[in-house]
Amino acid sequence: MRRSTLPLTRRTLLRGTAAASLATALAACGTKGAKQTEASCVSEDVSGAEKTLQFSNWTQYIDVDGDARPTLAAFQQQTGITVTYTEDINDNNQFFGKIQQQLSACQPTGRDVIVLTDWLVGRLVQLGWVQKLDLAKMPNVQANLLPSLKGRSVDPQNDHAVPWQGGLAAIAYNAGATKEVRTIDELLTRADLKGRVTLLAEMRDTMGLIMQSNGHDPSNFTAAQFDDALAKLKRAVDAGQIRKFTGNEYTTDLERGDIAACLAWSGDVLQLSAENDRIRFVAPDSGAILFSDDALVPNRAGHKANAEQLLNYYYQPEVAAKVAAEVNYICPVVGAQEAMTKIDPELAENPLIFPTPELLGNAKDFMVLDEAASREYERKFQTVIGA
Amino acid sequence: MTVTAAARPARAARRTPYLLILPGLLWLAVFFAVPVVQLGATSLYDPNGSLTDGYAMTWSFGNYATALAAYWPQFLRSLLYAGLATAICLALGYPLAFVIAQRAGRWRNLLLILVVAPFFTSFLVRTLAWKAILADTGWLAGLLRDLHLLAPDGRLLATPFAVVMGLVYNFLPFMVLPLYASLQRLDGRLLEAAADLYASPLRTFRHVTLPLSMPGVVAGTLLTFIPAVGDYINAALLGTVRTSMIGNVIDSAFLVRLDYPQAAALSFLLMAAILVLVTVYVRRAGTDELL
Repeated sequence: MRRSTLPLTRRTLLRGTAAASLATALAACGTKGAKQTEASCVSEDVSGAEKTLQFSNWTQYIDVDGDARPTLAAFQQQTGITVTYTEDINDNNQFFGKIQQQLSACQPTGRDVIVLTDWLVGRLVQLGWVQKLDLAKMPNVQANLLPSLKGRSVDPQNDHAVPWQGGLAAIAYNAGATKEVRTIDELLTRADLKGRVTLLAEMRDTMGLIMQSNGHDPSNFTAAQFDDALAKLKRAVDAGQIRKFTGNEYTTDLERGDIAACLAWSGDVLQLSAENDRIRFVAPDSGAILFSDDALVPNRAGHKANAEQLLNYYYQPEVAAKVAAEVNYICPVVGAQEAMTKIDPELAENPLIFPTPELLGNAKDFMVLDEAASREYERKFQTVIGA
Repeated sequence: MTVTAAARPARAARRTPYLLILPGLLWLAVFFAVPVVQLGATSLYDPNGSLTDGYAMTWSFGNYATALAAYWPQFLRSLLYAGLATAICLALGYPLAFVIAQRAGRWRNLLLILVVAPFFTSFLVRTLAWKAILADTGWLAGLLRDLHLLAPDGRLLATPFAVVMGLVYNFLPFMVLPLYASLQRLDGRLLEAAADLYASPLRTFRHVTLPLSMPGVVAGTLLTFIPAVGDYINAALLGTVRTSMIGNVIDSAFLVRLDYPQAAALSFLLMAAILVLVTVYVRRAGTDELL
């Protein structure tokens, strides 16, 4: 009989027990799917009893007058619904990280309306985390939604998300720092721009624009076309042409001239160019990327009817024009352009707020990706951008 | 009767230390032990799982190999940048702490406040300020170009230099304060005695000042190095595509790529690397009693 080399003492026994119970605890880990359905996660609407609404939005995304928000104040007066407006969304990915635990477990997020960018809206809808809206209660939305934003692949029936503002991703440059930049290829290869170009860390914008410059359609592309575009991007990164991949923070660098040209969002550039006329926005002939930030009602939000009332209110052309005059993004409401002529005729002619049909015709949105595809494309992209 | 009366306060006294340690233990259990176990479990989940369908525990130790194979350059870079930043902090912080502790006289408190003052603003704001200082169009880059220390098309921002400088600036007080605490306790008479015995200033430093301040050096190095390795703000704001650190990779894995098993594996590898380095360092520095 072989004797064990380790005598069984109280200490080893305790250690063994601890290790075994840790292993059991770990083995019991694992997560259930986060997907919810209308049956698995039922939201109760208490709008009738409570005239309140929690509205979470991005910063500088509504009209302000001093400390007041005129359109919101008017809504409260008309309807008696008290809106708590919070500017607590700065980044789609971070905000997703913030609400993910609650929505996976069908818990309330404490918010009735949140505004997120379309691709993330698509993910939330796929996960079943968004309440279906009652279109009959929102006649203005049905009547006035910009046709380009109807029937998008993220929300084919337009009944889960309502565009709050739209925008274009394309090229911006500082005319004080460089001569005109018209194409993506110039941005990626022109020698005088070396090290003075930033692109967007948002994969869909940067890769979408590069795919367009290759003559491919970002709203319907193949893996090979994506890889082509990625190889083009990698060449520019390896050559030292690209300084960084950024979020909104490109604005200060562009204004200072530390970067001469970049990929940018139309609303940012419009706000910058109001202060500095050397900042120009260029939608290349190969096409721009059209995105929208959509309002939605997450699961377990208790005031859906109030939310529908609010969104319907904001789809009145006069109200939409007041918001558009302030935030400078693409206004998703038909008829607001006429209303704008009374507020500010110059802005009413601005193609970055009320884009021409040619500009919109040339702009594409990015194909909706399921989680696996999205992760694979993001992984490839993140490898090239250094993270 | 008298025995039990005396025993009761004694028993209470024996219990006191446990009661005192209880809040700390609970805190550690809830905010350290549980998350670490959770993170460890996540790092072993099925890499093909997804948020939509959930992750199964498959004991996938391969996650570690995949993570290391894909991101070893960022790992090495983080250790290098943090090591450099710590060395520069020590070189800058030691003389500063010595002067404040031994020679500053009535200026001592003012100087200490100046060291800590940057902490009154947020980490982010301080780093953004460096962006303005190092800007291509800023005065510093302009001056260096005029002095031909920087090529005409050279830049300071978006370089490894900027990232290391950002780290040095942000973590310098963590180095200075422990150094100050140990140098302040240094008995000036020992330095006089060394001088009386004909020790040169250099020898005095090597044989008296430095050994006596070792606890401060070790504490300062650890307090600087450990957070600097995991930092991602400096690399994100002051760096470029080729300066991303492991913190940036973990951030992107958790928030952008949603690859939780890999993100957890990377976090664990980082913890393990720091633990090994710190253990070796503390053993060699010979100040075990500090910990």
